Amino acid sequence: MTVFIIRRLLQSSVVVAVMSLLVFVGVNIVGDPVDMLINPEADQAEIERVMRDLGLDRPVHEQYGYFVVNALQGDLGKSFIFGEPALQLIVQRMPATFELAIAALLIAVVLGIPLGVLAGLRPEAGSSKAIMAGSILGFSLPSFWVGIMMIMLFAVMLGWLPSTGRGDTVPFLGIQVSFLTWDGLQHLLLPAINLSLFKLSLVIRLARAGTREVVHQDYIKFARAKGLSEGRVVLVHLLKNIMIPVVTVLGLEFGGLVAFSVVTETVFAWPGMGKLIIDSLHELDRPVVVAYLMIVVLMFVVINLLVDIVYSVLDPRVRLQDASA
Amino acid sequence: MTAGIGKPAAAARIETPFRRFASDFLESRIATAALAVFAVIAFIAVFAPWIAPTDPYDLAQVSVLDSHMPPGAEAFDGRVFWLGTDGAGRDLVSAICYGLRISLGVGVMSGVIAMAIGCAVGLAAAYFGGRVDTLIMRIVDIQLSFPSILVALVLLAVLGKGVDKILIALVTVQWAYYARTVRASALVERSKEYIDAATCLALSHRRILFRHLLPNCLPPLIVVVTVQTAHAIALEATLSFLGIGLPITEPSLGLLIANGFEYMLSMKYWISVYPGVALLVTIVSINLVGDQLRDILNPRLQK
Repeated sequence: MTVFIIRRLLQSSVVVAVMSLLVFVGVNIVGDPVDMLINPEADQAEIERVMRDLGLDRPVHEQYGYFVVNALQGDLGKSFIFGEPALQLIVQRMPATFELAIAALLIAVVLGIPLGVLAGLRPEAGSSKAIMAGSILGFSLPSFWVGIMMIMLFAVMLGWLPSTGRGDTVPFLGIQVSFLTWDGLQHLLLPAINLSLFKLSLVIRLARAGTREVVHQDYIKFARAKGLSEGRVVLVHLLKNIMIPVVTVLGLEFGGLVAFSVVTETVFAWPGMGKLIIDSLHELDRPVVVAYLMIVVLMFVVINLLVDIVYSVLDPRVRLQDASA
Repeated sequence: MTAGIGKPAAAARIETPFRRFASDFLESRIATAALAVFAVIAFIAVFAPWIAPTDPYDLAQVSVLDSHMPPGAEAFDGRVFWLGTDGAGRDLVSAICYGLRISLGVGVMSGVIAMAIGCAVGLAAAYFGGRVDTLIMRIVDIQLSFPSILVALVLLAVLGKGVDKILIALVTVQWAYYARTVRASALVERSKEYIDAATCLALSHRRILFRHLLPNCLPPLIVVVTVQTAHAIALEATLSFLGIGLPITEPSLGLLIANGFEYMLSMKYWISVYPGVALLVTIVSINLVGDQLRDILNPRLQK
């Protein structure tokens, strides 16, 4: 077990190191670091001062050392646009993104599991075929276009819901959230549905496949033979058994929601991390881009590491496979 | 649709693997229709300069006076804009034809390059095994643990905009899927007797890999090709919509949709909607063809 964790930790640090090298090479060697890291409006004296600060007058390997040491201390540079440390900017936007991702995850579970179970219980019914066709569409449709269509329909034509921003926020456990105000909830609805569509299709498929498998098991037949009501059989005996794969996959997919929120946030002008990085890319605000990439990659490495460890605790075969490989 | 159905005389013909494959495929009406639709789209994409009513990027043929025309409106010279015009007065029918050309071109080209790389790497991993295999598959696993959009975002943030850059990003996103698929089926094939026979004949590694092993790994590969091409087209559109993909000089469907987005709030819906429909039809038709291919190529489902 310990060996397994150490191996995975080593592997994760290699990924982070490769990532930092890639970003460093991209910013400092492919491009001109003076253009990229120093505000173009700075004068000559300022440029020289910053160059010394950043160690740009040093050889390349020492520069990489500087970059790593600064990054480890949480110093990823200052935004040109906002004049604030890049890291701080991103941390400020994090709650908005997480709120959106959690809302999307909830929608996917709350709608996806019942629909999937329905489709699995009566696979030949017309409603089940409609649900499955819908899930194929959910996989195929590019989410940015669906978002635009949702804005057109619900915000522009019908005027039911707002199309941009977060609405009123109130503090909750020290962070600003939208879901506790009516206005904020209205603002949250469209982007959350948009972000959830892909995962919703996924949950429907998982729940349907699980249901079709479980429904033929002996314990379901036995429950029916005992004369339990259909509702109890489905809600207790069946649901419990299909939840395992659904919960596993959703845990893995949360990071994906955060990554894909880049698209949804841009369409709905939701002020989260994703919109921040796209804006920064357009405005050539390199420190923010570098900081975002490093943070998100780090987040993924941590998620993957945790999933690996949890898996190896739950299923010893994973560990053994890794040792024999 | 007509070829397979209503021809019971097929028994008189010799059944080749390809004929069996084709008739299996044509059994599904939906998949056949999807294939026909995709053929039309591919035709439009290839011959866009000859099919499109105007060249939307030839300034002599575009007039700002025609901008924001709704679908079906008539220009001063009597031409009809069947799907309307965009903010610069370009005919949307023509813009979509040219957009399809770019979107499909980038998607297919990235798919071909990724397949070549993925096949070579996957075959090598399966054939040589041991440390090579462990290393390659670890890299594949790590890469696949990141969502495609994040990988593309990292690369484009580092590389910048451009056709070559988006190709690099799309190839990087896709190669691992090909490598994994090819390795999995090559591992199964490798232990079969014909490979032992070829090894005993002292054929070269290259000959065994590419003439014996690869052809037998094709069925699952074909399915991955369709799924990944659709995925690449959608990803390119998304990245271009975000403004970090193709440059403005290569107006793919994603850029057309992005252009229309700003007019959305003033009810000029057609500028975004129609390029989106074209994108949608393309992706869905490829996916439907892929679904049918998966069904007929899956040995477990074979009758």
